[in-house]
Amino acid sequence: MTNLEKYTNVFVETFEVDASEATGLAYQSILAWDSVGHMSLIAAIEDAFDIMMDTDDIIDLSSFEKGKELLAKYDVEF
Amino acid sequence: MMWNFRKYSNEIAVISDKGERITYQQLDMFAEKLIDNISERCLVFSLCTNSVASVVGYTGFINHRIVPLLIDSHMDPDMLNSLINEYKPSYLWIPENMAEMFSEFKSIYSDFSYMLKKTNFDVAYPLYDELALLLNTSGSTGSPKLVRQSYSNVESNIKSIVEFLALDESEKPITTLPMNYTYGLSIINSHLYIGATILLTDKTLMEKSFWSFFKTQEATSFGGVPYTYEILDKLRFHRMELPSLRTMTQAGGKLSFNLHKKFAEYAMDTNRDFVVMYGQTEATARMSYLSSENSLKKCGSIGVAIPNGKFSLIDTDGNAITEPEVVGELVYEGPNVTLGYAQCGDDLSKDDERNGKLITGDMAKIDEDGYYYIVGRKKRFLKIFGNRVNLDETESLIKSQFPGLDCACAGVDDKMYVFVTNDLLIETIKKFISEKTGLNSVAFKVIMIDEVPKNDSGKTLFTRLEQYYD
Repeated sequence: MTNLEKYTNVFVETFEVDASEATGLAYQSILAWDSVGHMSLIAAIEDAFDIMMDTDDIIDLSSFEKGKELLAKYDVEF
Repeated sequence: MMWNFRKYSNEIAVISDKGERITYQQLDMFAEKLIDNISERCLVFSLCTNSVASVVGYTGFINHRIVPLLIDSHMDPDMLNSLINEYKPSYLWIPENMAEMFSEFKSIYSDFSYMLKKTNFDVAYPLYDELALLLNTSGSTGSPKLVRQSYSNVESNIKSIVEFLALDESEKPITTLPMNYTYGLSIINSHLYIGATILLTDKTLMEKSFWSFFKTQEATSFGGVPYTYEILDKLRFHRMELPSLRTMTQAGGKLSFNLHKKFAEYAMDTNRDFVVMYGQTEATARMSYLSSENSLKKCGSIGVAIPNGKFSLIDTDGNAITEPEVVGELVYEGPNVTLGYAQCGDDLSKDDERNGKLITGDMAKIDEDGYYYIVGRKKRFLKIFGNRVNLDETESLIKSQFPGLDCACAGVDDKMYVFVTNDLLIETIKKFISEKTGLNSVAFKVIMIDEVPKNDSGKTLFTRLEQYYD
C-alpha cells in the first residue's frame, strides 16, 4: 500500500466515508469529524505511520490536504 | 435584577473570537434594545451559541423577567419543533442562519447576526412567578423534560461559586462548553456577577484558532468535562505554554482516578489550581467542590458541599447513613435546589416541588475526613462527553423509528452499547442515532444479538449484556 492509500484509508475507516469523499474532508465538514472524531483520526494516523504527532500539528490538522502537508515533518512522503 | 451591569459599566464583559469587545454598559444597552420588542413576561426559546448575541439575549431575558429555555442551536430540527409545539413559546431568539427553518414566524428584530421571531400560537402557558429559566437535562433524545430554575436558585449558586473559587474581576474564563449546558452557563453566570471578562468562542480544543484566541486574550481559566481532560492529555497539554492560565475546573461526570491525579500534579507543579466539582442541572449547577489544595490528597473525591449547601447519605429505606465508607444515595440540600421538572406547557405554572432538597440518584460514600466519593448511579443513564444520555429514552427513540425491532441500550460513561435484533439494520441505526442525538459514532457501538435477554415479567436483564462490552 502506498502512503497515500494508507492515509486515505485512515479517513475512510475513521469516518466511514468513501475514498472519493475522504479527499475533500475538513474539520466539521461532516458530523463524524467533530472534536471526538478528531481524536480518533489522530490516533489512527499515529498508528498507521508509527509516529507521535506534536500538539501544534494535532490542532493544525484541519483538513485531508493539510494533514498530508503536516505529515511531511514526520518523514511521511506522498 | 440578577446582574447589576451598571456597577461595572466601562469594564469589558465579553470578548468574542470574532473580535467584538462589549462593555457591561453596552451589554445592558443591547439587551434593553432587544427586550423593547417584548411586551410582557413570557416564554422565549433561546438557541444558544457562544456568541455576543446569545449572551445579550440570555442576560436581557433574565434581568427583565422573561423566561428563556436555553437550547443547543444544533439540536435536531424535528426534536426542536416538537419542543416548540409542546411549550408554545411567544418568541424565538435564533441565529440568523436558521431563519429559514422558522419562516412561518415573523422576524421583528435583529442584532449581532441573531433574530427575534414572534411565534403565532394563540395561547401562552402561565408562568410561575419565581421561574427564571428552563434547561433540558437529556436534550439529545428530544425528551420534553425540562428543569425549572428560579431566580434565587441561580443567584444563590452564583454566590456559592464566587466564594469557593474566590473569583474576582481580573478573571478571564474562556468558553469550552455550550452555554445551554448548565456547567457552561454557570461559568457565564458567575463571572458576569463579579465584573470579569468572558472570552466567547465556539471553537473546540482541537482547533488552532481556539488556542490562539486563548493566548492572545490571556485566558485565566476554563472548565471541562471528563472527555475534555482526556483530549487535553492526548494533546500533551502539560507541555503547552499558557502563562495566563490560573485555574482549571472539572465537572460533568467522574474523571478517571489517573487523570484526576495527573492534572492535580500538573496544577501543583505549575502553581495553578485544579478544582474538581460535582453538580446537576437539578441543583442549578454546582453542589460540591474539591479545593485545589486537597486535589491530590483526596484524589477521586468530589470534595465537600458548596457554601450554603449540605450533603447527606441515605440507605434504601431512607435512613441516614453516618459511618464512613458505607455507600448510600447522595442527598443534597441548599437554596440552589431547583423547583422541579416540567414535562409539558401546563407544568410551567407549578411552584416549588422540592423545597430545597434533592435526592440526586447518585450513589456515594464519605471518608473519615468528611470528603464525598461518587461510586455509582441509581438511574439508567450514561454521561457521554459530559451530557446525560437516558438509556430508556434512547431505546424508545430507536424502537419507534424501526418498528418490529427489539433493542436494549446499556454501557458505561462515554461508551453506549446498543443491542439490536436485526443485523441488516446496523449501519442504518448507527446513522440514525448519530443524526438524532448528535453523538459521534465513536461514542456508541451497535451490536447484533439474537434476542434481548429478559426475565419472566419482560424486563431486560442488562447484566447479561455486559459480556459484550470491550
